[in-house]
Amino acid sequence: MYPTKYHRPASLAEALQLLADNEDAKLLAGGQTLLPTMKQHLAAPEAVIDLSASGLSGISNGGTMVTIGAMTTHAEVAASADIAAIVPVLNSVASGIGDPAVRHRGTIGGSISNNDPSADYPAALVGLDARIVTNKRELAADEFFDGMFATALEEDEIVTQVRVVQPKRAAYVKFPNPASRYAMVGVMVAETASGIRVAVTGAGEDGVFRHEGLEAALSADFSPGAVDGVEVEADGLLTDMHATAEYRAHLVKVMAKRAVAAC
Amino acid sequence: MTEVTLTVNGKAVKRDVPDTMLLVEFLREELRLTGTHVGCDTSQCGACVVHLDGKAVKSCTTLAAQASGGTVITIEGLANGALHPMQKAFNDNHGLQCGFCTPGMIMSGVDMVARYKAAGKELTEHAIREELEGNICRCTGYHNIVKSIQQAAGEM
Ligand SMILES: Cc1cc2nc3c(=O)[nH]c(=O)nc-3n(C[C@H](O)[C@H](O)[C@H](O)COP(=O)(O)OP(=O)(O)OC[C@H]3O[C@@H](n4cnc5c(N)ncnc54)[C@H](O)[C@@H]3O)c2cc1C
Ligand code: FES
Ligand code: FES
Repeated sequence: MYPTKYHRPASLAEALQLLADNEDAKLLAGGQTLLPTMKQHLAAPEAVIDLSASGLSGISNGGTMVTIGAMTTHAEVAASADIAAIVPVLNSVASGIGDPAVRHRGTIGGSISNNDPSADYPAALVGLDARIVTNKRELAADEFFDGMFATALEEDEIVTQVRVVQPKRAAYVKFPNPASRYAMVGVMVAETASGIRVAVTGAGEDGVFRHEGLEAALSADFSPGAVDGVEVEADGLLTDMHATAEYRAHLVKVMAKRAVAAC
Repeated sequence: MTEVTLTVNGKAVKRDVPDTMLLVEFLREELRLTGTHVGCDTSQCGACVVHLDGKAVKSCTTLAAQASGGTVITIEGLANGALHPMQKAFNDNHGLQCGFCTPGMIMSGVDMVARYKAAGKELTEHAIREELEGNICRCTGYHNIVKSIQQAAGEM
């Protein structure tokens, strides 16, 4: 790891000040992506700003809406009774991320800000039509995620909360990479106030995306069989050492079917 | 440099260390607690698992500075006069061969048993296998590790 200066601000305001004062600083949440990246010399921030004492963690139950602080860990989301009462699908998404030690430190804010094309939360939050709150504004998940490892976040912006409204029904199914547990393909199917939404992670060259064909077919007939008639193009899907685009296209349909069946 | 204050295995320690120092380096190099191993150094293998504030974490993927102010238990801190039930179970069931992964396996095992107990859930054989997702063993084939954790779960 290249030298860096560690900071642990005691409030969001202090964190924002540090971010403003250090041009080449990085926010540090659970560190489960940032620290491995720094160890591999793929990132070399002059300063790291640990958000763990900035008051950004916790889950609050708003009856039909749940608010999750950015620093809430995957383990906390997985075990939350408030989330189980409102969006139980998020308990299962979080409990399927990585392994127990990763879940003890990795956070929802870190995961979505990183927007790994194979991460689970991006598909979950796009599928659920979640809102992402920052120190400056509130964005729809659709606007927040902006291509592979890219988000709408500006340099001086910190994710503070994620808000999810109770869906009518929802399920997430992923085909995990056998080594890393990241999604080779993960599909979130949800019926929300804005209709049926199908979000796919792990497959797209530009990260998470919604599949219009699947959404249209499931809006007409919400059944696993409805997926059969939909064409999922390999065009625009990833090919890498783990799978070809054609195989991923096939997996999108299989995961979508399983998710509909589990709804 | 940054000042790191920790309680490790019940003892208060304080050191001035580089900001980039990992928790595992702090334990092994500053405190000479070499029971915690580094297998992969890429966050995959779990040989470095310790308990930070009561939770299993990968000490190769945590800065010592992040842990500062906290409480750490390492494999050296488990035995209290007699072996911890998890250590005894690994011994009884031949839950190790070369032993390299064992400190991490045992720390993860203790963590999962405690979590399932607290949640009132049964730690089934299947659950143990899922829970061991982040702990890799190149020798045993896992069967005896799973048996060891099952035995200890009954005794803890
Ligand atoms: C072995 C292993 C297996 C994994 N498996 C999976 C998996 O199956 N599925 C999956 O989805 N993920 C997986 N992950 C990734 C894991 O979920 C990470 O926790 C997550 O991607 C990053 O979250 P973090 O809190 O650790 O963030 P960090 O690593 O601390 O930060 C990640 C990035 O986000 C930025 N950031 C952090 N917080 C904020 C904020 N509040 N506002 C703005 N920017 C911020 C940081 O500056 C950094 O660039 C795995 C990781 C490991 C090590
Ligand atoms: S050494 Fe930490 S996970 Fe392998
Ligand atoms: S006993 Fe050798 S790696 Fe597990």
